[in-house]
Amino acid sequence: MGGYISSQSVKKIIEINPYMLGTMAGGAADCQFWHRNLGIKCRLHELANKRRISVTGASKLLANILYSYRGMGLSVGTMIAGWDEKGPGLYYVDSEGGRLKGTKFSVGSGSPYAYGVLDSGYKYDLTIDEAAELARRAIYHATFRDGASGGVASVYHVGPNGWTKLSGDDVGELHYSYYPVEPAVVEQEMTEAVVA
Amino acid sequence: MECVFGMVGKGFALVVADTSAVNSILVHKSNEDKIMVLDSHKLMGASGEAGDRAQFTEYVQKNVALYQYRNGIPLTTKAAANFMRGELATALRKNPYMVNIVLAGFDRDTGPSLYFIDYIATLHKVDKAAFGYGSYFALSMMDRHYHQDMTVDEAIRLAEQCIEEIRSRLVVAPQNFVIKIVDEDGAREHSWRRTTRD
Repeated sequence: MGGYISSQSVKKIIEINPYMLGTMAGGAADCQFWHRNLGIKCRLHELANKRRISVTGASKLLANILYSYRGMGLSVGTMIAGWDEKGPGLYYVDSEGGRLKGTKFSVGSGSPYAYGVLDSGYKYDLTIDEAAELARRAIYHATFRDGASGGVASVYHVGPNGWTKLSGDDVGELHYSYYPVEPAVVEQEMTEAVVA
Repeated sequence: MECVFGMVGKGFALVVADTSAVNSILVHKSNEDKIMVLDSHKLMGASGEAGDRAQFTEYVQKNVALYQYRNGIPLTTKAAANFMRGELATALRKNPYMVNIVLAGFDRDTGPSLYFIDYIATLHKVDKAAFGYGSYFALSMMDRHYHQDMTVDEAIRLAEQCIEEIRSRLVVAPQNFVIKIVDEDGAREHSWRRTTRD
């Protein structure tokens, strides 16, 4: 349909299992389906091995699946975030077959805008609240400039006991909370003409 | 944009690669290690499409390990190079791997060796090799200053000169580089040349 916004309330953070999250960018159907499929494979791993799958393993499973469909038109740009025995893990996986381990990623059409805000405010030892606010701000700035980004900015925290949803703010409301409307300074006011 | 180059010295071989992971205009990471340690005495610097690079290099690494488990002795560098070339050639007309590889190895009987393997399964045993836009600068640099039986310090110096040339002349030059070396003591990371910290 070209430039048409069909929904402003799409859940772009997919809950793979209680301690792992996946993000959605690219094709919504592809992301939802393959994350669900990944969740199934992770559960099967748990049943077969009597232990949770690592974030490394889960991201590799997804990357290998996407690699095998390379060139067939899948569109997936995702981050797998989770907590395992080695602590927090973050991987970027895409439908080209790429898989990168890192501490900070931004994906999607608005990602360059988000990177700018993210890079300037990032430190490894941010508190949870500081990190959440940085993330929220980065999403907001991306939606401000990128026409294909918008709706709701969801922020989740992933800790040793799994993920929790911290916030889900409409970006329009975020705009006015960051940049409240100032009453305009009156420069020149019209007055009645002086009657001679 | 991606640069990989290598050279042979006296009793060692060197491979240098940039460490940027890029997606169109975005740099996702600037500390991505693209030189895989194939086994105790082999290094494989790879550049190419994201998925292909990681998948093909890991496939080669696992097969090299499998050969050693099955036969009790490791593959020679020449055999590993020919194996890689064969896999690239087989896949070429169906589902090509878009990966260019510089393979460096040290064998007890033949000493250090370097192989140039490109994505259309060309294989050459060489003294110096380079891939990517950086090769336009690195190759002439190496042609001018390289000589047989260089010491490690001389080779590192030459690698640094190549990196500096790429940094100053290439329009979208990578930020960081990693240098790995293989000699009779094995394959290991030598050092990094950074301009940014990730």
